Amino acid sequence: MSTTIFDKQDIDIAWCPGCGNFKILDMLKAALSELGISPQNLVVVSGIGQAPKTPHYFNTNMFNGLHGRALPAATAIKAVNPGLTVIAEGGDGDMYGEGGNHFLHTIRRNPDITHIVHNNMVYGLTKGQASPTSPLGFKTPVQVDGVVSEPVNPMAVAIAQNASFVARAFSGDVEKTKEIVKKAIQHKGYALVDILQPCVTFNKINTFKWFKDNSYYLDESYNPRDRVKAFEKAIDPAGLALGILYINEKPSFEENLSVYATNREPVYRRKRSIETLRQVISSKM
Amino acid sequence: MNLKKEVSIVICGEAGQGIQSIEQIVSRTAKSAGYRVFSTSEFMSRIRGGSNSTEIRISSHEIGAYVDRIDILIPLNQDALFHLQNRISDETLILGEREILKSGREIIDIPFSKIASEAGSKIYANSVAVGAICGLLKIEFSLFEEQVKKVYARKGDEIVEKNIEAGKKGYTKGADLLASKDIRIDIGAMDRAADLLLMSGADAVAFGAIAGGCNFIASYPMSPSTAVLTLLAGYSHAFDSIVEQAEDEIAAINMALGASYAGARAMVTTSGGGFALMAEGISLAGMLETPVVIHLGQRPGPATGLPTRTEQADLELALYAGHGEFPRAIFAPGTVEQAFSLTHRAFGLADTCQVPVVILTDQYFIDSNYAAPPLDLKNISNDSSVVNTSGDYKRYVVTASGVSPRGIPGNGEGLVRVDSDEHTEEGLITESGEVRKSMVEKRMRKLDLLKNDCVAPTLIGPDTYSTLVVCWGSNFHAVKEALFIIGRNDMAALHFSQVYPLHTQTADYLNKAKRTILVENNATGQFGKLIKLATGLEFDKKILKYTGAPFSVEELVRQIVE
Repeated sequence: MSTTIFDKQDIDIAWCPGCGNFKILDMLKAALSELGISPQNLVVVSGIGQAPKTPHYFNTNMFNGLHGRALPAATAIKAVNPGLTVIAEGGDGDMYGEGGNHFLHTIRRNPDITHIVHNNMVYGLTKGQASPTSPLGFKTPVQVDGVVSEPVNPMAVAIAQNASFVARAFSGDVEKTKEIVKKAIQHKGYALVDILQPCVTFNKINTFKWFKDNSYYLDESYNPRDRVKAFEKAIDPAGLALGILYINEKPSFEENLSVYATNREPVYRRKRSIETLRQVISSKM
Repeated sequence: MNLKKEVSIVICGEAGQGIQSIEQIVSRTAKSAGYRVFSTSEFMSRIRGGSNSTEIRISSHEIGAYVDRIDILIPLNQDALFHLQNRISDETLILGEREILKSGREIIDIPFSKIASEAGSKIYANSVAVGAICGLLKIEFSLFEEQVKKVYARKGDEIVEKNIEAGKKGYTKGADLLASKDIRIDIGAMDRAADLLLMSGADAVAFGAIAGGCNFIASYPMSPSTAVLTLLAGYSHAFDSIVEQAEDEIAAINMALGASYAGARAMVTTSGGGFALMAEGISLAGMLETPVVIHLGQRPGPATGLPTRTEQADLELALYAGHGEFPRAIFAPGTVEQAFSLTHRAFGLADTCQVPVVILTDQYFIDSNYAAPPLDLKNISNDSSVVNTSGDYKRYVVTASGVSPRGIPGNGEGLVRVDSDEHTEEGLITESGEVRKSMVEKRMRKLDLLKNDCVAPTLIGPDTYSTLVVCWGSNFHAVKEALFIIGRNDMAALHFSQVYPLHTQTADYLNKAKRTILVENNATGQFGKLIKLATGLEFDKKILKYTGAPFSVEELVRQIVE
């Protein structure tokens, strides 16, 4: 990878050698750099896990909050200052488990943010328990008899909720993933990119080879504006479809806020009128 | 019946019978006539049916508390007489429809519905009742007309006219009653009362938030705190603010923190259950050092408890919520003036000290309407302490005060990194014991700032007291009125509108008294425990109530002198 303004020196990375997160980090820095986004104008919001550590490892504004709670914080940051590029980034446990309710409701709100989920189908930081996307039968020190709960299908959930932009990528294909992420960032509205990623330490089932063998790219003729087709792809028994599954352009959360109907100035820069307050209070007389 | 100085009117019926609109028109009409007014409601957790009541006190002197006594009762259904049986005395004048009430009690029959039908429809029955009250109180009819026009303006001319017509008929009945029965009501009006504000505790918190520059509120509806959310939503266009109903309280607090990180002045409003869900977020506010204001409107717990009733049992929750150690401040207003000024202050304090600040109210305070002098807007400021960042900016630079200059993203050359992990000055994750120690100490130094900027408690009564009654939050007016009635020159009350950190003179106030009495609306004396923790002092007597109802002035008088 070429160097970018996002490169951060003297960092002590906590990931295992060979972790898919390294490629995602490089890919993300390249995507941001190619889009001409400045670190000062970028906020990466994350929670807890291995993936949410990503913003610690490159030059960006960062809100590294609670486990599962990146999306509400990211929604609010974008609403208060729509000029910022806002990315919410985390893993499958963080975003689909602990933060599952926010996942649903953020799709409904449609803030203009990019939602990047490193999906390795296992819990890494807590050492190998099942995640919401672990396959049926997946055995762990906790799920000793194997996973019996139906895995979350983030593509199907997002399309069912009529999300604005729904894509899946594979961390092993840096170039293709980068193009998908660039489109997601450029998309106006909520954009989900679920990035399949091997966990070399805790997931011996969904390995690099397994992802290669069990996924395929949508071809050029695929129309991402057909919701029913998109849903078919999301639940395709033949394998995991990679690419942009669904696009549904609609007004973003910020565009729907009355504060920005006629005035584009970020809400936090506006001066409060005490005179108006005086008038409102006097109505109680 | 001879009522001097003040009258207590209670209207009781089922949900959906329009008790709140009666309350609104009676209160506003009486105020415009120059009377002091206070009203408070108790209601069941249901949208239709049940028994709800509103007490309206009309007086020539300052009042602001609930009394058990009912001078005039207007029961709108049969259940009302049962619901209020312990508060009805031989002195209570009951005005109502004998046919509906079917009671052995002495009832002055005013067939509200029948009279309303003559004006066009039974739906105007409430205006007949309000008219009758105005007639009894010798309030000029034109003042009633004015309020009806204001309150019903949205509903069109015909509705306004019919309500006035119905009111006129009721007014005549009330005036006739005054002439025919042995009733003398003589409340001397105060000259200035018409210029007073009439506002609820929720109004005062909302106005304080606006004054404090609040431009972002995210919340999940929960009684009794929702009123603040509704009010701020109503004012959001006038004040350029963002209002979002979150999917849950966890989302609400995390949105508020995101908004604040980006530069907004953010708040949430919730009740005990929702606040409990926010606990991790409050801890996050402590760690990120991101300002946030939390309005916690208490109701009785545990769990769902009594959703529409009142209690002061979440002080310890507010005090200890959130894992780990970090500073915070807790205000507990007892008057609408305090609620306004303290909520304004909360935003400033959260901003300058970068801590979570809690406004602790309760259902009784939020839903009661108080008369108040015009609010002082002279010293209102909501200038933010946010700095423009340079390239080498560090969000958590260690300072003597503990406060690091707060940058926001996109406002300068620097990068603003906030982290829920223990972090370096740059905001990057660390496990260095040395850094950890210095960051804990930096955060806790801010508690000294909070301690040095505490709101002093209010002494009510002579400072030569030998008995001191201590209270906090919504008990201000009830304790004040009880002491006035007791009338002893060796007894005073001390009201705390900031309950944490405790004011440094707390022990001095208590040590001066020979006897100390604690008044709290909870079962375990939570504030008493906090005072003991801070001062080592125990109260000689505790007056605690936890039925879900507020203290009445009468029971306080009884229990204080007991």
